[in-house]
Amino acid sequence: MALDPKKHEMPSQAPEVRAHNFNEVALGYTAEIAVAEAQRCLECRNRPCVSACPVNISIPEFIHEIKNGEFEKAYQVIYGSSSLPAVCGRVCPQETQCESKCTMGVKFEPVGIGRLERFVADWHNEHTCENPIKPAPKGHKVAVVGSGPSGLTCAGDLAKKGYDVTVFEALHAAGGVLVYGIPEFRLPKAIVAKEVETLKQWGVEVRTDVVIGKTLTIDEVFEMGYEAVFIGSGAGLPNFMHIPGESLKTVYSANEFLTRSNLMKAYKDDPTTPIMKGGNVAVVGGGNVAMDAARTALRLGADNVYIIYRRSMEELPARAEEVEHAVEEGIQFKLLMNPVEILGYNNPDDRRDPKNGNVTAIRCIKMELGEPDAKGRRRPVAIPGSEFDIPVDTVVIAIGTSPNPLIKSTTKGLEVNDHGGIIVNEDGLTSREGVYAGGDAVTGAATVISAMGAGKTAAAAIDEYLSKK
Amino acid sequence: MFKIAHRKALKPTVISIDVEAPLVAKKAKPGQFIILRVDDEGERIPLTVAGCNKEEGTVRVIFHVAGATTKKLKYVPEGGYIADFVGPLGNPTEMEGMKRVCVVGGGIGCAIAMPIATAFHEAGCEVTTIIGFRNKDLVILEDEFRAASDNLIIMSDDGSYGREGNVTVPLKEMLAAGERFDTVIVFGPLIMMKFTTLTCKEFGQPCTVSMCPIMIDGTGMCGGCRLTLHKDGKDVTAFACVDGPDFNGYEVDFDAAILRSQTYAPFERHAYEEACNLFKAADEAEAAALAAAKA
Repeated sequence: MALDPKKHEMPSQAPEVRAHNFNEVALGYTAEIAVAEAQRCLECRNRPCVSACPVNISIPEFIHEIKNGEFEKAYQVIYGSSSLPAVCGRVCPQETQCESKCTMGVKFEPVGIGRLERFVADWHNEHTCENPIKPAPKGHKVAVVGSGPSGLTCAGDLAKKGYDVTVFEALHAAGGVLVYGIPEFRLPKAIVAKEVETLKQWGVEVRTDVVIGKTLTIDEVFEMGYEAVFIGSGAGLPNFMHIPGESLKTVYSANEFLTRSNLMKAYKDDPTTPIMKGGNVAVVGGGNVAMDAARTALRLGADNVYIIYRRSMEELPARAEEVEHAVEEGIQFKLLMNPVEILGYNNPDDRRDPKNGNVTAIRCIKMELGEPDAKGRRRPVAIPGSEFDIPVDTVVIAIGTSPNPLIKSTTKGLEVNDHGGIIVNEDGLTSREGVYAGGDAVTGAATVISAMGAGKTAAAAIDEYLSKK
Repeated sequence: MFKIAHRKALKPTVISIDVEAPLVAKKAKPGQFIILRVDDEGERIPLTVAGCNKEEGTVRVIFHVAGATTKKLKYVPEGGYIADFVGPLGNPTEMEGMKRVCVVGGGIGCAIAMPIATAFHEAGCEVTTIIGFRNKDLVILEDEFRAASDNLIIMSDDGSYGREGNVTVPLKEMLAAGERFDTVIVFGPLIMMKFTTLTCKEFGQPCTVSMCPIMIDGTGMCGGCRLTLHKDGKDVTAFACVDGPDFNGYEVDFDAAILRSQTYAPFERHAYEEACNLFKAADEAEAAALAAAKA
């Protein structure tokens, strides 16, 4: 049989339709397409895809099961390595991981590994409901701080080994960035809820409304009988630009804008939590979070949405697929420019004018690319006198986050680096015995899958540590 | 789910509830706050801790029925449950080294001022308290304030109770007469905190204000509660939830904070009206009962 040089396309909503709804953009493979795509896998001997996966999923094995129509078996292969397959199949940057190393990719397009993973996970969620067979209890309690990707992975891996795991979550819903950050149209919340439900069936207890560092300290968690702690508390405080006008009414951090829409469901027609809808929106930044914010603003009814980024299209840190989707939907890219001020409405005759304090425009200066910096990215340099205004009603600032100080400030002996990230060794162990950490709390803002990889590494280390006790 | 163990209406629109939350009760200190949601669809609102009962494991909050969420909360009965109650959040009020303080409360801000005055009193401070209300009908917690204060001054805007005028009047008199405090700590509407700060500034009297801006998570993640502080000639961004809620009044950009507090005013008004419609029958029954009690 001749090999298809191209990946099978994934059916998805047309851009002009999806720009106006919050339903998932990509609709997923059918069983027929999945089997056909699986046939493209050569099952080569050196399996470069597996080593390029942060959680080392046995990729050729699960694809082999798909070829035979054994979708549940394929799921079990994936679930052996990943506790969140339906999530990873959607939000992993496969193009820079497994698929980038695919042997097929040398001459043709790589196998659509992410799409196949997503298919298998969705098939499982739709067709099976049996309870997992729990392993014999180990008699050790482990606490996990934060229910984002690293925490859920760590909790899942430990529960599967028989540990008694409790996840402490500060918000009212489990999932961390998967529920407050990543929008519904990229990752439906029902899928996250289902993955959390599966972990609960494995015996993981999730305690929402508990802020570690406030409600309980790490030391109190140990006093409660937990023998090891994994900190996966995430990235933390949003960065601002420190330019005039940032405190105006309709200026948001991306975290706030996305949390209002995602976690608090402000995108609904009659929400209990408000958000600015419509008008012209400027999103400052070029990462995945900026793309999420821009596409959310569009779906909330904005007339024009601009991405303002100080470098050029080539340097955008967002995933290629997200940028492509954004362009298709009509997001306008204002490149090589940097905001210097946000201008607001002020009626000098009426202090009670409800429009006072609303954004009217964002003032930007044009940039050009100069010498490469330490990371090899060309440094943007402002062109003097090139300031100009873009009329907008809302500004969303998506320029990254700084680590949250809550846990550090209440945990004696927990060392952090200059950026506030928790210092860990290669096993995820911190400067405190029995305390492990991973994900954005360690690295600063990064990807879901790298956080999951860290959760997995720490789970293995915790298992080893407690086995010796 | 968190149980409302006790509920008491201080006024028809000012309600005190004790919520069963043992972990929070064990930890909360004066000046900290909690965030609650009434039900699964509800918004998250911050409320200041008004007291704790460690034995019972309950936390007291006092709220003013001012919007849709507080309207819904008003009608959760004693023994009923709310969806979420998380805390304690923010930093406790700085009390170390304080010997002589002036606590200033305005309106519903008095619900926050009372536990602070009590805490200072119990720590052996000399406490002067100035509380102000629009009129006699809105006066709350008078007995509690009296017990906690060495000197209590009650003001009303219309003179229907205590002295006539706002809280800055007696404060200015005292400061002008040479009285000084380790700090003047202020709880109330932004505009009242702004003018109290200005009064203090006139006399070089240190002044602390308790900020309660709009927030969502309360742990520093969303940045919605940010304030502009003027510090050493520079504008600095601070988050009320992790850096506050108490700030040096001299540094706070009140005008920016006042504008930000009004961001969702039209939305909130609409939501409140809807909630009022929803609870119309209950409101009418309450009004009738009050009228009957008066008669």
